[in-house]
Amino acid sequence: MTSAVSLQQVSRHFGPIRAMDAVDLEIAPGEFFAMLGPSGSGKTTCLRVIAGFEQPTAGHIEIFGETAEGVPPYRRNVNTVFQDYALFPHLNVLDNVAYSLMLRKVDKAERHRQAEDALAMVKLSGYGARRPGQLSGGQRQRVALARAIVNRPKVLLLDEPLGALDLKLRESMQEELKSLQRSLGITFIFVTHDQGEALSMADRVAVFSDGKVMQVGTPEEIYNRPNSRFVADFVGSSNLLPPDFTATITGQRAWASLRPEAIHITPSDGAAMQGRVTARSFMGSTVRLGLYVNGASLHAVVPASGNSANVDDMVGVLFAPEALHLMERET
Amino acid sequence: MSSETRAPWPLKLASAAGLAFLLVPLLIIFVYAFTTEERSFVWPPPGLTLKWFAVAWGRTDLWSALTLSVQVASISTLIALILGTLCAAAVSQTQFFGRETISLLVILPIALPGIITGMALRSAFSIADIPFSFWTIVLGHATFCVVVVYNNAVARFRRTSGSLIEASMDLGADGFQTFRHVILPNIGTALLAGGMLAFALSFDEVIVTTFTAGQQQTLPLWMLEELIRPRQRPVTNVVAMVVVLVTTLPMLLAFYLTRDGDQIAGSGK
Repeated sequence: MTSAVSLQQVSRHFGPIRAMDAVDLEIAPGEFFAMLGPSGSGKTTCLRVIAGFEQPTAGHIEIFGETAEGVPPYRRNVNTVFQDYALFPHLNVLDNVAYSLMLRKVDKAERHRQAEDALAMVKLSGYGARRPGQLSGGQRQRVALARAIVNRPKVLLLDEPLGALDLKLRESMQEELKSLQRSLGITFIFVTHDQGEALSMADRVAVFSDGKVMQVGTPEEIYNRPNSRFVADFVGSSNLLPPDFTATITGQRAWASLRPEAIHITPSDGAAMQGRVTARSFMGSTVRLGLYVNGASLHAVVPASGNSANVDDMVGVLFAPEALHLMERET
Repeated sequence: MSSETRAPWPLKLASAAGLAFLLVPLLIIFVYAFTTEERSFVWPPPGLTLKWFAVAWGRTDLWSALTLSVQVASISTLIALILGTLCAAAVSQTQFFGRETISLLVILPIALPGIITGMALRSAFSIADIPFSFWTIVLGHATFCVVVVYNNAVARFRRTSGSLIEASMDLGADGFQTFRHVILPNIGTALLAGGMLAFALSFDEVIVTTFTAGQQQTLPLWMLEELIRPRQRPVTNVVAMVVVLVTTLPMLLAFYLTRDGDQIAGSGK
């Protein structure tokens, strides 16, 4: 099957800076795809290359099988929701949404009808006559969304779509974006630096670092089986175990990750592996323990009931060897 | 805050004196347009009459000077609008080597004394063997008109979010459509204001014109000559009144248009 977006060895260099360095990505039609990474990792450049605002220095891009290099943004069937929304301040909401239809010479009544439909999809019916300046941040984002989907693009790009919203709004918007994507069936590609957002919303996630794609996979794969220290560290909450530690358990010298939930605490008597509790915080149904084991610092999340380990207690530390995930990459 | 505290009376007196110092001479000019004394300015005017308006209306030399001035101002303003906008777009929307220098060089003609600009242009014209004509005046005026348009446009461009242009392209507009549907509506009032200021500046310019005109007489040059060789002196005052009105109205309008510009250009964020 043809990929919705296919990047083959795509690089984008700005002088000596390699914003994107030989990136390979295959994004399937109808997929909700996240590009995750810290700022400066190249994820936004990647989005801009797909949108056509940046031309790749090297490599090949296809959008639904068609070569995209040299095709200007206005001839790509790809629309963008900008981070600052980029609503046209001189037009009212309805005309903002109808802008692309106006360019395609759709007659006024028809384009206003379609724009109203798009506004209804983002739950902003009746706001058509307002100016962007009169709307709240969340409402502006919805207008930007409506403007980008009114044309039914094949791919929708979202640049940090929830970045400027407050926590509560962000959570409800996550749900809405998901259901919007399901009902439209459009490929969504969104850029975020928030790993929680990427893991909870996306079908697949690409983790970027220094212009390179470190790992592509489902949220479960990224979370449970990070392929590198960077991914494990950035996606967060996993224990990172140094090669010396791993070697004592598996006999293989490699960095490994271990999820905190996989660790069990036993009485120290007769335990194969012992550790000292360095921190304890009560989280409600669970307790988060800091452990010092064989020269490595770990943290474990264990059920709160029946757990009485205190700071400086010696405890037995138990986990299944297969819970230890060895990483292919060095960094 | 400041509207609630009342200014003390010495300050009020000083402001009144300052305003009077600026405006009373203008009023005297206006009054002399109605005097019955033809050869010299006598205060108080021996009598009042409206006949100089009719006389001014009938003077063909006045009409040709006025026509020339309007033409020069219109064409200089047009040139300034095109060049000033392009330059402002380049300086504010892109990064290139020497950008700051160009920005400074564009503004320079308005900082330079007119007499320097005039002499420079005059010697440049004679070196290049260009005969003085209507077009040399236009060229001279365009040098400072560009600055006014540029300054207005660049300020507005800086407040207009760059992603608006990308958004427009993204939604299917090519460069020309983006200019027509997004850029122009956003900088339109700034251009109108800049254009009006440029027109007003050109309309009453004397120094650069003196150096760049051949036989042509723009309205300010005509007035200058009238003052030196008086013939129906109050006609000059009639013209002065008209010039004040013609240049003040666009200035006021320009001020009004740019006053609440923030609301037009800054709300995209």
